Amino acid sequence: MHDPQPLSHPPRNGLRWALIAGAVVVAGGAFAYVGGWLTPHRLTAQRLVDELQRNGGGVHPGYRRNHAKGVCVAGYFEGNGKASAYSTASVFAVGRTPVVGRFAIPGGNPYAPDGSVPIRSLALRFNLPNGQQWRTGMNSMPVFPVATPQAFYALQVAGEKDPATGKPDPARLAAFFAAHPETAAFRAWAKTARPSASFVTESYSGIDAFYFIDAKGQRHAVRWQMVADAANGTPAPAGDDNYLIPDLQHRLATGPQRWHLLVTLAHPGDPTDDATKAWPAERTTLDAGTLVLTSEQPQDSGPCRDINYDPTVLPAGIAISDDPLLSARSAAYADSYLRRTREEAHVPGTTAPTRTQPEAAR
Amino acid sequence: MSITHTTFSLPARVLHWAMAVLILAMLFIGVGMVATVSEKHSWLLAIHKPLGIAILLLAIVRLVVRLRNPPPPLPGDLPALQKLAAHLSHWLLYALMIAMPLIGWAMLSAGGYPVMLSHSLRLPAILPENALVFAWLRTAHGVLAYLLFLTFLAHMGAALYHGLIRRDGVLRSMANGRARDPSPLMPDGACVVNERLTD
Ligand code: HEM
Ligand code: HEM
Repeated sequence: MHDPQPLSHPPRNGLRWALIAGAVVVAGGAFAYVGGWLTPHRLTAQRLVDELQRNGGGVHPGYRRNHAKGVCVAGYFEGNGKASAYSTASVFAVGRTPVVGRFAIPGGNPYAPDGSVPIRSLALRFNLPNGQQWRTGMNSMPVFPVATPQAFYALQVAGEKDPATGKPDPARLAAFFAAHPETAAFRAWAKTARPSASFVTESYSGIDAFYFIDAKGQRHAVRWQMVADAANGTPAPAGDDNYLIPDLQHRLATGPQRWHLLVTLAHPGDPTDDATKAWPAERTTLDAGTLVLTSEQPQDSGPCRDINYDPTVLPAGIAISDDPLLSARSAAYADSYLRRTREEAHVPGTTAPTRTQPEAAR
Repeated sequence: MSITHTTFSLPARVLHWAMAVLILAMLFIGVGMVATVSEKHSWLLAIHKPLGIAILLLAIVRLVVRLRNPPPPLPGDLPALQKLAAHLSHWLLYALMIAMPLIGWAMLSAGGYPVMLSHSLRLPAILPENALVFAWLRTAHGVLAYLLFLTFLAHMGAALYHGLIRRDGVLRSMANGRARDPSPLMPDGACVVNERLTD
């Protein structure tokens, strides 16, 4: 039949074929570069989560890769209108917003003893009436040890357990702290911090800075903290690895538990991009309302299980700051969430959760 | 007697090239944002969602344009296997450019996330909250994105093959709308002259 272009000029066609191949290779190569496949040393969410997983003692299917041991809680937030001058978010207006939350302890091991760390955490999801949400994850310390995801990764690596002792190598940690003077404020706090006997007596700080946006569109740099009404904390009981959840159940049985949302307003020049630095104590702080928690549920069946407390999920009226931890948290939490939901869904290539091990979090 | 079009209609060509740029940008934004922990993650995601929904709307318009304006037939001398590959890949591209944004929207709905296209614009959920459904849809969003990129590579390679090797006017019928050979059964030598590389 027809031969549209007799191959009368094979060399020229060779060039043309090369051009076609070149276009495909360049496009594919650019894609691979952007996707990080050509730069294995780039810090990615996957690498951060792999490292957290390693320090948590490997894969615990279905569990969070950090703050793995926890418990679901529910209740509401009662806004009092005081923060409405700074943020248009309806959660701050006078009235109630339902909340699904989670108490936890940091670390990737869901069976870790409650006393293994002096830190407790509280994550909250506020469901606003307009369908928007405010998600926040807070820790019971005033500052974070590091300011960047790179330093966070290096801290995890330095804290890897030595297989011989089952403990992090003190020399390695010391070297990390020497190379990272920004950890000083956190270390000073950690020196006196003791594991508390209760989630309820702790106060929880958002640590990262955010912006509130008012009705005129003006931005106000803020940090927030949930301050416990029941601030009579006692040290943890000795010889018991699982006291936090029984304590919570016991306290909730006697009635709802309360916290006040304190919002600190920055002055111009206060750092918004450095979670290792507290703002001066004399900054204006407003009491924006009361968190009331009324019930708890186990984390392997409660409503908090399937929530990713990504701190960048925000309603109109709150926005992320230039704090570099925020984007890293968003990316890492998404990866952790994807891993654990894939395990729950039995997606091939993942290990399905077995609930044969005693649920230590109960 | 029906008229055989020899080029793509103007709306089809405008949509083709605009969407080519947008979809390619989305693929790069997508793989880029999941491979970085820098601020880029947040701002790329903030572009990814509204741009993806824009692609969904454009894809629906494009499908209507496509069904109303039949494309020019492929050259009659194109081997049957290549014709089949062309038709299958074109329908695969249509299917993916509609499925990708729908899956993105559905997976965020199933994950319990508010589907925010800006600081205040929220789309309604199109699925109830279900983490298992989220996991499957998020997996599909990734796998189909790679399939879309591979299909794009094949599509671009084939277009260049038509333009540079066969020089049969197929590339030009989408590029500038000047007619390819009106008779699909004839070898179109006329196009060859026009499509020579200026080498
Ligand atoms: C780059 C730094 C950080 C990384 C890589 C990181 C990583 C993670 C990961 C992977 C999870 C599990 C998420 C999930 O599966 O849902 C998690 C949970 C959590 N993180 Fe972080 N984190 C970082 C910084 C912070 C900071 C600064 C805070 C405190 C303000 C914080 C507070 C929390 C809390 C409260 C949880 C538990 C959330 C829950 O109960 O579901 N994290 N983190
Ligand atoms: C033509 C349309 C779209 C294309 C080509 C596209 C492409 C991609 C790609 C390539 C990825 C990375 C996948 C991976 O490596 O696993 C991705 C992730 C993602 N896409 Fe899309 N997408 C589209 C539409 C949408 C829409 C409409 C939404 C939501 C409304 C969306 C939400 C997301 C989210 C949330 C992620 C994951 C982010 C993360 O896990 O951190 N996409 N997309």
